[in-house]
Amino acid sequence: VNAPQQNRAAGKDALRRGAALDVGHMPTFAFGTRSPMWWGTMGLVVIESTVFALTTMAYFYLRSHASVWPMSRFPPDLLWGTANTAILLASMWPNQMAKKAAERLDLAGVRLWMTVCMLFSIAFLAVRVFEFGALNTRWDSDAYGSVVWMLLGLHTTHLVTDAWDSLVLTVLMFTGPLEGKRYVDVSENAGYWYFVVLSWLPIYAVIYWGARF
Amino acid sequence: MTVSEPRDVRTATPADPAGAAALERTWRDPPGVIGWFAAINHKTISKRFMVTTMAFFLLGGVLALLIRLQLAQPNAGIIGPDMYNQIFTMHGSTMMFLFAVPVMQAVATYLVPLMIGARSLAFPRMNAYAYWIFTMGGIMLYAAFFVNAGPDAGWFAYVPLSGPQYSPGKRVDFWAQMITFTELSALMEAIVLITTILKLRAPGMSLNRMPLYVWAMLVTSFMVLFAMPAVMLASTALITDRLVGTHFYNPAEGGDALLWQHLFWFFGHPEVYLIFIPPLGFISAIVATFARRPVVGYPAMVLALVTTAFLAFGLWVHHMFATNLPELGKTFFTAASLVIAVPSAVQIFCWIATLGSGRINFETPLLFVLAFFFILVMGGLTGLMLASVSLDTQLHDSFFVVAHLHYVLLGGAVFPLFGAFYSWFPKFTGRMLDERLGRWNFWLFFIGFNVAFFPMHVLGLWGMPRRVYTYPAEMGWDDLNLVASLGAATIAVSVLLFLFNVARALRHGAIAGPDPWGAGTLEWSVASPPPMGNFEVIPVVHGRYPLWQPQAEPTHVTGMSNDWREVLVTTVADAEPDHRLWMPSSSIWPFLSALATTVLFVGSIFTPWAVVWGSVPVAVAATWWFWPKRSVVQERVRTEVQP
Repeated sequence: VNAPQQNRAAGKDALRRGAALDVGHMPTFAFGTRSPMWWGTMGLVVIESTVFALTTMAYFYLRSHASVWPMSRFPPDLLWGTANTAILLASMWPNQMAKKAAERLDLAGVRLWMTVCMLFSIAFLAVRVFEFGALNTRWDSDAYGSVVWMLLGLHTTHLVTDAWDSLVLTVLMFTGPLEGKRYVDVSENAGYWYFVVLSWLPIYAVIYWGARF
Repeated sequence: MTVSEPRDVRTATPADPAGAAALERTWRDPPGVIGWFAAINHKTISKRFMVTTMAFFLLGGVLALLIRLQLAQPNAGIIGPDMYNQIFTMHGSTMMFLFAVPVMQAVATYLVPLMIGARSLAFPRMNAYAYWIFTMGGIMLYAAFFVNAGPDAGWFAYVPLSGPQYSPGKRVDFWAQMITFTELSALMEAIVLITTILKLRAPGMSLNRMPLYVWAMLVTSFMVLFAMPAVMLASTALITDRLVGTHFYNPAEGGDALLWQHLFWFFGHPEVYLIFIPPLGFISAIVATFARRPVVGYPAMVLALVTTAFLAFGLWVHHMFATNLPELGKTFFTAASLVIAVPSAVQIFCWIATLGSGRINFETPLLFVLAFFFILVMGGLTGLMLASVSLDTQLHDSFFVVAHLHYVLLGGAVFPLFGAFYSWFPKFTGRMLDERLGRWNFWLFFIGFNVAFFPMHVLGLWGMPRRVYTYPAEMGWDDLNLVASLGAATIAVSVLLFLFNVARALRHGAIAGPDPWGAGTLEWSVASPPPMGNFEVIPVVHGRYPLWQPQAEPTHVTGMSNDWREVLVTTVADAEPDHRLWMPSSSIWPFLSALATTVLFVGSIFTPWAVVWGSVPVAVAATWWFWPKRSVVQERVRTEVQP
């Protein structure tokens, strides 16, 4: 008797005796690293962090070859960028509250705090417009202008897409149809929001202070 | 060839035809034309993906034949210089971006879920979107080529040649956007594969029991996450230089041409390994199956894969030895280029030990693997030669480099890929490829390959530069060029034989049964082709080669729904059951989202404002894609279990 036949016989026997692993009682959704959503979101975070890091490297590469930096001689004005940094940092508070509410399946809390997050979105998108106006360079002025606009443009893309994602999710949390895994979505959306805020800090440092030191 | 019984131990459940039928109904793709575009089953998408990448392989091959036709004799006038530039650029871009990297992901999206005992990929809709976006990007590039707007600055599009000053018109813009399409697709596939591998393995398949092929795809996918962003950034900066007047690569305004080379090769060198590491996984699977024993040195194999991945990121400057970089820097990259031979050698020795101690079953897949050893060692040795700065400066941009890269890429990727097709074709279709045609296919390919590319080493040493559309007779290059062209024609005949073999097997091939080779991994435990839900019962895994081991308890999982697309999520390291998850239903919105994205990308070649107005349909389509159906949610909530 060869091994596959033995296996087959043993398998049939085990199944007759019901030697099975029952998962019927297990939950149908879960938070954090248990959820595939967390891993998918982290994949995006890794990709986008790499893009930010490479653009920052391009900034310093170009700077290392320049005799004057910024080439346009005027660094960006500090006011709007610093104000937006404060707004973004402050938005982590309602964001954390929304995340916590989602993880205790508290619909009223999710609705409240996601709405507050949306108000912050409006604020930082509006201030971002003024930031572009205060860069003191154009994308087509010189290579310095190009890389600064690229950095700010890339981060702004994240602000816009994250605001849109959050808006769709907020509306869904009000209108339904709702199921448990939507709370996982809220929790992971909040995780991504953290990335958008925290990735801004090095970009802020490069754009506003890399042109001063 | 052995044809085993139609059912194997793992699916030999006490017959539950009703359950199996319900499972099939739940996981199948919707009918009709709209249903065709709404399909998201990973096997359906993967088959389309494989066919699409193979179609691009054939197109790239036809372009290669045109190149060889032109170069077969001196002073030939079949193709003019402008068309020749487009042809070699299209050939390189097609083979690298539309074939070699995506085909590896395409095969993986079929095999990985089956090898790890999962019913689906994680994020099946994203997988469908990634396929469509890839296909549309490829179609865009060829549409441009057919209206004489094909890119003509080489597959790595060096600035300043590819910049606005020396490449006016739209040609290079299409190339840059093709990069955006294909890399977006590859990045998404990487996320899909990583999440699938880490979270959807069958209970008991801890990381140290994962098939080596799955390890290879995990390592590859992580490399994609860090490598592909560089080329997307580079090509975006190129297209903004060309379209809206930025100055990233313009030295007159403080830009730098070498910035392109750094960004491109920071992606481009790891890319070689994105092409090369999945085949290492194929080889580990094929060697184990056809030596009929486990691969020797599993931990060494895994560590070698991981080491290769890390070292691959420290090699990019060896493509830039002909630039004025600091000598000390070049020394570092020479050392790194030599060191990477070590993990490759570890794997080769492990395979040799496996083959040496196994009972060899000499079939076509194994022939392709043995050819890999021969050709890759050749290509690796010329790689070591090129890793030396002094020799590289002499041989840079000569046919020696063309010979080297084809030895590495065809030997390292295409030969094992064909071996993989012969090995898994029975699983994909339920039928065997013909063995005799397979041997003809193999020998013509192997001989044709060496006849085509070996002479190029010599031509390069004699000083023949690459990318010249013709050469004068006095150079004495004509004989070897003619030999190379005859070799290329032989490869073409061999590929035609492969296509004939496939077409024939689809109709008349011998019925394969679940496990025609007597292999040991889970994909061979299910019917060929597999049912739509892959596993009628999800297996519980107790070792690295479940089908070669005595049955242990528990044998399988119960309590999973046959009426919902439900998958079992397990823990990352030990694959302990964690929760059940409902996967999305079939949907046309990934296709429509890809269409909207295509409008945005292609529109942006003609006006920057397309990025603004084009994002509206993308946002609408993506929102519809996400928005849940009320009737479905109401049904499901009734059986929800909270964590």
